[in-house]
Amino acid sequence: MGQKEHKASIIERKKEVTTSLENLGLKIYEQMEKGYFPSIEMPSRSTENIYYDPNFRQFILGDRKVRRTARNIRHIRPFTQLVWAAFFSHELATQRKTSTLRDVYYSAQAYEMSFKDQQESNNIITDLETILGFSREDFNIFPEERSAVFGDLTIEYTVPGYEGKTLNLTSHPDGVMIGPALTSSEFVETSANKVIAIEKGGLFTRFIEENVHKKFNAILVLTAGQAPRATRHFIRRLNRELNLPVYIFTDGDPWGMHIAMVIISGSANAAHLRELTTPDAKWSGVWATDIVNYKLPTDPLDEVDIKRLYELQRDPRYKDPLWQREIKTFLKIKRKAEQEAFSRYGLTYIVDEYLPAKLEETK
Amino acid sequence: MAQVTFEEISASDFFYRNRDIAGFTNPSRAIFAAVRELVENSLDAAESLKIPPDIYVRLSYEEEASRETQVYRLRVEDNGIGVPPRHIPSAFGQVLFGSKYKLKQQRGTFGLGGKMAILYGQITTHQPAIVISSTGMSKIYMYKLMIDIQRNRPIILDRKVLINKERWRGTIVEFCLEGDYLRAMPKILEYFKQTAMVNPYANLTFVDPKGRLYKFTRVTKEMPDPPKETLPHPYGVDVELLQRLIHVTPYKNMLEFLRNHFHRVGEITARKFLEFANISPSKKPKKLSHQEIVRLMHMLKKFKGFLPPDANCLSPLGEELLRAGIVKELKPDFVAVHQRKPSTYAGHPFIVEVGIAYGGEIPKKGSFVIYRFANRIPLLYDEASDVSVKVINAMNWRRYKVTPDMPIAILVHVCSTKIPYKTVGKEFIADRPEVRREIANGLREVARQIQRFLTKREHVDREKRRLGVFSRYLPKIAQFSTKLAGREKPPDVKKLLRSVRKFGAEGT
Repeated sequence: MGQKEHKASIIERKKEVTTSLENLGLKIYEQMEKGYFPSIEMPSRSTENIYYDPNFRQFILGDRKVRRTARNIRHIRPFTQLVWAAFFSHELATQRKTSTLRDVYYSAQAYEMSFKDQQESNNIITDLETILGFSREDFNIFPEERSAVFGDLTIEYTVPGYEGKTLNLTSHPDGVMIGPALTSSEFVETSANKVIAIEKGGLFTRFIEENVHKKFNAILVLTAGQAPRATRHFIRRLNRELNLPVYIFTDGDPWGMHIAMVIISGSANAAHLRELTTPDAKWSGVWATDIVNYKLPTDPLDEVDIKRLYELQRDPRYKDPLWQREIKTFLKIKRKAEQEAFSRYGLTYIVDEYLPAKLEETK
Repeated sequence: MAQVTFEEISASDFFYRNRDIAGFTNPSRAIFAAVRELVENSLDAAESLKIPPDIYVRLSYEEEASRETQVYRLRVEDNGIGVPPRHIPSAFGQVLFGSKYKLKQQRGTFGLGGKMAILYGQITTHQPAIVISSTGMSKIYMYKLMIDIQRNRPIILDRKVLINKERWRGTIVEFCLEGDYLRAMPKILEYFKQTAMVNPYANLTFVDPKGRLYKFTRVTKEMPDPPKETLPHPYGVDVELLQRLIHVTPYKNMLEFLRNHFHRVGEITARKFLEFANISPSKKPKKLSHQEIVRLMHMLKKFKGFLPPDANCLSPLGEELLRAGIVKELKPDFVAVHQRKPSTYAGHPFIVEVGIAYGGEIPKKGSFVIYRFANRIPLLYDEASDVSVKVINAMNWRRYKVTPDMPIAILVHVCSTKIPYKTVGKEFIADRPEVRREIANGLREVARQIQRFLTKREHVDREKRRLGVFSRYLPKIAQFSTKLAGREKPPDVKKLLRSVRKFGAEGT
């Protein structure tokens, strides 16, 4: 599957998705019509076929293919599930409905298609993503976990009942949930010149209260821990469509570091997908060196943290000198700090001092 | 000094005092043993004429006897050879009288089973037995008898002669005994079922004290050839037998004595043996001293020149009848039977027959159902000690794709002029290496056959499952792809389904 660059229009993209689903159906239909057992070829997602591509700055799938054929007794069940999932996604798209992975698992039963567990149905959806090169959000299948956005960005809805309606993302002081409706919106206009992604809800609210969006001309995105795919895709769109630089603030520990990395370079699990990464995004803090420089209150790293750091040290995504330096520093100081640690210098210190300094440093 | 008295006891008295030997151990075993002994006498009586047996057994409740036992009236009717009138009193009222003292395969053992039952009935109820019999001639004889236990003599209480207009032939025995039917019931019913299994040519009818009718109908009139009487084989003799033969022999020299009283001994063999044993061919048998008799027995066992005993005297069921019996009683999905060639142990010929059956009415109980038979008698007690069970347990069934959770029944029938029972109770066969080897070889043969069946069945099942999977999913693929493609008519999957059968087992 070639890389699908973003189409300006959300509507056009939806159309592209439905057409590719229909083409998949047609391909299978024609094979059967000719008296063959239908089969589908797709890139293998086994770990031996996942490579880090320095050009894309993300994991990609290699050339190895797997063939699913209805002729093989062990393939026919997942094959049928796959065709059903394509059919179900198409129904969702044409009826403009959305769904969740959990929902898919239950919906199958209405068609006498049984999945033995959630994992089996999730795998089938991932197969469909791999074959068509679209992510499940494009099939209107959304995750349960939600994150939020706040800032001066006007969007125009495309979901039924809201077509043409616009909304400014400063209109709600808690931020606007990045759900199916927002994900499928068009960007109309913005005065912002940067995006700041924040790991934790507390800091996100503090930033809104302290008018960070105004002071720094920024759109604020709450990742709420590891950013959901829809949020990663949304950040990418802010970066690509509006040409906004992206700065990521996380806790100062290996897990926070990796939240930033997944936004930047994606995960191995999503090696079959593009358009979820923002390679130019910057991890702005909290770094290990910040812990030292700002004399932050800390907790000791535990065994799991240290093990994780050694793993990250060998990870191709972390080969950049900045990351390697920070990993080494963590291993040296054996301490970690949360974003809230800046509060020891007063509630506004982080906004007044730390943030501008780091934005400048990682520009 | 106390006076020690020695008294001679009669055979009846002996068995009265030692009734355990014949299986009359307790009220439950006693009623089982009584039914069994009479049924077996009846089967023998019919088979000796090669008539398919028709046996009717009725057990009816008479009265309470004690807290746990009741008095029952047992009646057994058969269509057998009948007993000549002059022999009736002795045959039923005198222990150790009978027709079973020659060497051939027989069900009964001491010739006392039936009499023991009557004796037991008399001891427990003090009532006479009624015996009605006819050999199919013009008269029917009816006797009312008791046994004089001390003197081992029948006491005739009544005798009637009836005109036999219909030329009925057979024997009816009826007497009362004390027992515990409720506890004996499972064994008695199992006994009938298993007896029916190895006598598929017999009609067995049993009416129990509650009036319930159990009927086992014959599926064939084919019967095995009755066993021929035979002389003892030199390897199997003991001093006692030698002494008895010497006592009765009309022959005046050792050559003639050996030639005429032993199985498989002709003139040449007899001469060779006498030379080997350094006994003069002209020596008079009756002149042999006790030491010489003992030596003769040892030399007979040591001499390598005797041919093995002939199996003419045995009457195995045969593979056909064995199969018919198993099919009739178990209605299995598969059955394999095998008859081994005759073999010998200690001078006694024997033949092993085995069968294995799968499915049908055989229960899945986590272990095999084992049916053991000796001379066509079901062995229902002491299963764990039996040589067959030891062989079955020692076999590596996994090799034959057989697992204990399968509904499998295994049948082992040993027939011999002398079954190597381990105990006087005659409920299990001793672990003789010769017998063990024959059983093991027989079981291996049928195990190979069931393995072929199981492999084939597995293959058929797998094919069925495969087809099931394809017929479940292909139409759905057709349905969903048609809708996705926006077409009207789904593609035809019948052709694809047809080709599934031809693929064989790819993907496995």
